[in-house]
Amino acid sequence: MLSRSFFGRAAACLLVGLGVLASSLVHAAVSGPMGPDDARHLLTRSGFAPTPDQIADYAKLSRSEAVDRILAGTRTAPVTAWPDELDDFVPYRIVRTMSEQQRRDANRVNTVRGVELRAWWLGEMLATPSPLTERMTLFWHNHFVSSQDKVRPASLMLQQNLTLREHATGNFAKLLTAASKDPAMLIYLDARNSRKAQPNENFAREVMELFTLGEGHYTERDIKEAARAFTGWDIDGENARFFFRANQHDTGVKEIFGKRGNFNGDDVLKLLLERRETAEFVSTKLWREFVSAQVNKAGVQQVAGVLRDAGYEIKPALRTLFLSDAFWAQDNRGALVKSPVDLVVGSLRSLEVDVPDPLPFVRTLRQMGQDLFAPPNVRGWPGGEWWINSSSLLDRKQFLDRLARADDPKRMAALRRVESGMSADSDVPMSREDLRRRAAIAVREMDVDLAGWSAELKPLGLNAERVLLPVTPVDTMVMADDNNARVRALLLDPAYQLK
Amino acid sequence: MQRRDFLSAALGAGALSLLSPTLAVAAPAAGRYQRLLILIELKGGNDGLNTVIPHADPAYYALRPEIGIKPEGLIVLDEKSALHKSLEPLMPLWGGGEMAIMQGVGYPQPNLSHFRSIEIWDTASKSDEYLQQGWLTRVFKQYPAPQDFSADALVVGSADLGPVAGGARAIALQDPAAFNRNARLAQAMQTPGGGALAHVLKVERDIAQAARSIGTKTPTTRTLKTVFPDSGFGRTCKAACDTLASAPNIAVMRLTLGGFDTHQNQLGTHANLLKQFADGVVALQSALTELGRWDDALILSYSEFGRRPKQNQSAGTDHGTVAPHFAFGGGVQGGMYGHTPSLAELDDSGNLKHVIDFHSVYATVMERWWELPSEPLLGARFPSLGIV
Repeated sequence: MLSRSFFGRAAACLLVGLGVLASSLVHAAVSGPMGPDDARHLLTRSGFAPTPDQIADYAKLSRSEAVDRILAGTRTAPVTAWPDELDDFVPYRIVRTMSEQQRRDANRVNTVRGVELRAWWLGEMLATPSPLTERMTLFWHNHFVSSQDKVRPASLMLQQNLTLREHATGNFAKLLTAASKDPAMLIYLDARNSRKAQPNENFAREVMELFTLGEGHYTERDIKEAARAFTGWDIDGENARFFFRANQHDTGVKEIFGKRGNFNGDDVLKLLLERRETAEFVSTKLWREFVSAQVNKAGVQQVAGVLRDAGYEIKPALRTLFLSDAFWAQDNRGALVKSPVDLVVGSLRSLEVDVPDPLPFVRTLRQMGQDLFAPPNVRGWPGGEWWINSSSLLDRKQFLDRLARADDPKRMAALRRVESGMSADSDVPMSREDLRRRAAIAVREMDVDLAGWSAELKPLGLNAERVLLPVTPVDTMVMADDNNARVRALLLDPAYQLK
Repeated sequence: MQRRDFLSAALGAGALSLLSPTLAVAAPAAGRYQRLLILIELKGGNDGLNTVIPHADPAYYALRPEIGIKPEGLIVLDEKSALHKSLEPLMPLWGGGEMAIMQGVGYPQPNLSHFRSIEIWDTASKSDEYLQQGWLTRVFKQYPAPQDFSADALVVGSADLGPVAGGARAIALQDPAAFNRNARLAQAMQTPGGGALAHVLKVERDIAQAARSIGTKTPTTRTLKTVFPDSGFGRTCKAACDTLASAPNIAVMRLTLGGFDTHQNQLGTHANLLKQFADGVVALQSALTELGRWDDALILSYSEFGRRPKQNQSAGTDHGTVAPHFAFGGGVQGGMYGHTPSLAELDDSGNLKHVIDFHSVYATVMERWWELPSEPLLGARFPSLGIV
């Protein structure tokens, strides 16, 4: 694999002048304008694939200016409004009096609300001015996993998503507490069913294995004792808020990590944050998310040190990560596999597709193996090469093929047929049928203009290959001009699956 | 020419018996992998004690006052063991000697994490050993399936490749016809280099090769008459059998039935899952018989662990250790293998101790099913079982 920007940099070195020390040349390259390849790399990895305009804009900044601008732009709340009905929560005392039929109906409504919720988040990802915020929210969703399959009410999944976003680039210690006491989490990991007479170990195990220490840094006895400390954590059935049920809390002495005391749940979280492994475990996951599947121990130690020294503030750790040599290394360009969210949201954003309603892409993501709000299990989506198998690769290519042929007349005719079968739609969808109707309208109203997109590249000093691919295409093409056929070929190139 | 063909030609067939035992049992690859292995993963940790029930042991009902299966919910097999009533559809197979029950399958120093434990099963590692490749991937690396095979393995019902992860030619699909239609988007290209790009290119090549047969319609392609159950697992079984109808040259199929992580109110959920499993196996038997493959198919169930003997506070069960597993097939020697693990001798975490090491089940597949030496691939000698 040859890298374009390797040659670019080599040429720049020659221009700057012979006789200058190599190290200062590298330094010059880092502090000067980073150019379009670095801009595309940084924007794609820290957020979603950028538009040509964004690439041209960031290309003028140095790497550290660009990183600081991205970090300064993070948010704690979404920019888009969610549908009001996603706030609905049916109190448990009412659920308890429901008939079998009413329960089934309530379940169906929850399923429909779940689809609306997914569409809302996708819309936020498409609209946000801070893609890093959404990437980190998704990162924590895959760290503090809960699934609507078990939790059920969409309002609780929304609440969890808002909590994760609030702390997404804030402080990990606060995030750990907020995520642990989050109602969806209390349901998902059975903490609310844990009583002092018979503690449920599920949360105690996962908080150690998956949220903080990682496997191998605790004993089965630590789990049993911690489970006792977490007893009493519950949900208020009226408003679905965290509630401490004191009469179900085990007040006895527990021994955890060799320390004895009358620990409660918050004490256990403190004990976990005191352990060195926690920052290392989180930093390793950040490394895999942003840099490479190949973990560099020294690099991770450095990030972990920054995270610990900053009292678990996340931004200093991200800054260290984004300015590390490994992040920019040519060997790591195209080294990560795009997740389905990367592929779908990134393609729609970078190709500037006008998407008034992202509902149809909820199904696309599920088919590709990333059903938002429903990771496969408590460990989340494994990511990396796991995203690509014979089934998911074909789904991904099919999505890209359709996108590239979006203005195909035959396809538009087929859409019109779907549309003619529709009746007037209500504002609040109540059934799958309502959702299907909404999806059909959404597909019709989507606007893809690849010809217009290609035309804007040249004035910006860019070309389609440079905007779309992290490395040179595998399939070498003879077409010189950027037209629809070339864009389609680039989208279907194996290198487009990578970032 | 296969190695054995060459030796036969050079030495004459009679000379084969004079060669080393290893060579003598190394049957030609094509013939070997005509013997189909079908793995059914019961994902989430199946509650073995409510699947094959030690109905005569009072300790069972003492540990499970609410969720113990009452006598009217049992199909009694012998004085010690009974099946959950949801498994009724399997009784003709049991009666016909085509169903084996392996009791207490697990491994030493059990791990109670879903992910780590299934990794141990999938890679056939020891409890404290971390291996990268699935156990079947290691088999295919050492003893490749013939080049003209559509794939080494077919994976249906899960995106996770499990025992065929890490390099086997594995095709994951939901519907063979859709697979074939979409396969035109994959290209068979080569480029130097490794990492993520190499992985993408390998999958593209695997797709292109598999699509030459899978999901194609030729005059000889059978349309199955078997009616598959209208359930998620029923559709998984159908996709697998339809694939086999168009592409008989596949060595392994792995089907997944999920939802076994029954931490609360498990009775109804578990009964439903077992019914899906039993109905699916019966449909597989019917379809494989139609395809003339029942006698050379071996169906095995597996799961990351069983569940805790003592019920929890939520009328469910927490993560445990061992569970019984099943073998089905025309060539299976039916009956009970191993013995019920003792409820009186639980380990420190209140879990059952294993009777049969799952490595022995894998050794059985390698040695008795495919006639391959198992010791080099498993890293130790595990006795094989008489199930086939």
